[in-house]
Amino acid sequence: MHFIWKRLLATIPSLFGVVILTFLLSHALPGDPAAYFAGPAANADSIAEVRQKLGLDRPLIVQFLHYVGDLARGELGNSLTTGQPVLKDLVDRLPASLELSAFALLFAIGVAIPMGVLAAIRLNGPADHACRAIVTVCAAFPTFFIGLLLVYVFYFLLGMAPEPLGRLNEILYTAPPRVTGAFTVDALIAGDMEVFRASLAQLVLPAISLGLFALAPIARITRAAMLESLSSDFVRTARSSGLPTSKVLFTYAFRNSLLPISSVMGMVFSFLLGSNVLIEQVFGWQGVGAYAVSAVLASDYAAVQGFVLMMAILYILLNLVVDVLATLIDPRVRFEG
Amino acid sequence: MTDHLTIKDLGLEFRTRHGVVRALEDVSLTVKRGEIVGVVGESGSGKSVMAYSVMGLSDAAAEIKRGSIVLGGMDLLATKGEALRAIRGREMAMIFQSPRTALNPIRKVGRQIEDVLMEHEAIPRRDLRKAAIAALERVRIPDPERRYDAYPFELSGGMCQRVMIAIALACSPSLLIADEPTTGLDVTTQAVIMDLIRDKSRDGRMSTLLITHDLGLAGEYCDRIVVMHAGHVVEVAPTEVLLSRPAHPYTLQLLAATPTPTSTLDTLPSIGGQLPDLRRDLPPCRFSERCARKLPQCDVPPLPWTTLSPDHIVRCRVPL
Ligand SMILES: Nc1ncnc2c1ncn2[C@@H]1O[C@H](COP(=O)(O)OP(=O)(O)O)[C@@H](O)[C@H]1O
Ligand code: SF4
Ligand SMILES: [Mg+2]
Repeated sequence: MHFIWKRLLATIPSLFGVVILTFLLSHALPGDPAAYFAGPAANADSIAEVRQKLGLDRPLIVQFLHYVGDLARGELGNSLTTGQPVLKDLVDRLPASLELSAFALLFAIGVAIPMGVLAAIRLNGPADHACRAIVTVCAAFPTFFIGLLLVYVFYFLLGMAPEPLGRLNEILYTAPPRVTGAFTVDALIAGDMEVFRASLAQLVLPAISLGLFALAPIARITRAAMLESLSSDFVRTARSSGLPTSKVLFTYAFRNSLLPISSVMGMVFSFLLGSNVLIEQVFGWQGVGAYAVSAVLASDYAAVQGFVLMMAILYILLNLVVDVLATLIDPRVRFEG
Repeated sequence: MTDHLTIKDLGLEFRTRHGVVRALEDVSLTVKRGEIVGVVGESGSGKSVMAYSVMGLSDAAAEIKRGSIVLGGMDLLATKGEALRAIRGREMAMIFQSPRTALNPIRKVGRQIEDVLMEHEAIPRRDLRKAAIAALERVRIPDPERRYDAYPFELSGGMCQRVMIAIALACSPSLLIADEPTTGLDVTTQAVIMDLIRDKSRDGRMSTLLITHDLGLAGEYCDRIVVMHAGHVVEVAPTEVLLSRPAHPYTLQLLAATPTPTSTLDTLPSIGGQLPDLRRDLPPCRFSERCARKLPQCDVPPLPWTTLSPDHIVRCRVPL
């Protein structure tokens, strides 16, 4: 517990840095929001008026202090495009992105870890060669390309997948009552199996497109970490004591591989949250990624700032989770920390 | 006393990318019940390779070309898979050098002892902890209840080696192989660990194979000593005989290079030359390149065993 508090305190400087960065970053965006909002018929005067109304004419430092003050009150401003508070927009859409990323990660873990373990156990065997081939192929293509390919094959050619138009076909189904915001989970809570199946069907292709890319680093680190554990002195001890193969492989070798695997998994998950931006466009997914893209295109400062800030906080939280996991896996980490 | 472990004419090769390493050739030795036999030779002589082949833990690249290994009437080379696993840890056990890395770093030491007990002994689950603590107590670890919950990184090297011994002896094996058990430990701890191993061997009528590069250590603790050089056994004799009347030129050099209470490290001669490259074609006597006594007939195969007395044999054309 003590460790977790210390670790939480250590996130404060990074949070502060993030606040400064998001502020500066969105001011580096191309386009003039005042001109954009004044509309196509605006002249210099009306643009200046809008600029003043938005506070964009004041010195940068004043704008920054206002920004920090707003943040402290949980006020992220209103989106210029949706007209809604940015915080509400983000909270509405984040579950969709998290759901997609989580499924992608689950898929990647489910395939990559058994594959990496098997490749290490049977080094240079068929599983190892298959692992290497799959890893190479998956790492070679960008996610949106894989996404488009999967849509082409499974929706257009084979007709196995539903139309890639978002999280649920709203003509046939109604979204479940919101609890977590993730349709699959909410459908289960509502006990509506039909909607659960329908939302799961929408999830499969985008989750696999994202997951395939995440697969490569996880499989690679699993194989490498397992190889190291398997050749370690303590596995030799376990084998010399006649422990059963399953115990040698899991309790001794695999558990000792979990530390590097979990840290790569943390990296992969944050990477997945980032790649949502593209894959959500491909699949019409109503998540924060798609929201961010339209915000950037519209020079929607507040929305972009809010998005970047939220992502940064997510990354910080994710790192925190990975660090806490590390202390659970390896007592030596607790000792040093 | 009857022979408990018999290794006969063992030949082992490693297939590597850079050629075949002939790591063991015609290696024979016996350990009687309750006897402590030392295997000495400089690093790279094949001591560990021999020990691993007894345990059935040889590297995947290793191939046993000929010979036999028999433990208590059981042909170990013919024992595979589950049957071999059932013997390991119960009938024969091994301890290693660098005890810190030999233990699972993220598992409590008590649990590591329990793992072995659970596998080989019919102990009810609720009594496992007690049995593990008793095992820690038998290797004279102070405060064993508390040590049960320790992780290896919380213990000293000597304490880790005791835990390792506790794991090895947990199921009272009839054969213990100790491969450089005190290398890397300080001198006082070395003596404590060696005394422990000797006492346990004596108490349990356990046959012990003590592998070390330190002839002095072997001289102090072993009943008999086997000298190995470059994958060959070159001399076997009872300890006093080997120390007082070495017959192989290599043994003599080892002896001269062993520190005594009166010598200092500076005056100690080192062994001349290097071990031959085991991937080459080798002469019948693998020591010949380093031997000052070499005669032309030394290169004529086969190299004979000379029996100097019933329990003193040497593999040299012209023994000392
Ligand atoms: N896995 C392996 N592959 C190739 N050669 C090996 C392997 N293990 C050991 N050897 C070789 O076998 C010889 C004996 O090694 P070893 O038994 O470890 O010596 P030591 O007497 O120091 O224990 C050395 O020449 C070593 O290089
Ligand atoms: S056989 Fe010849 S070369 Fe080998 S040790 Fe004896 S004397 Fe030296
Ligand atoms: Mg060795």
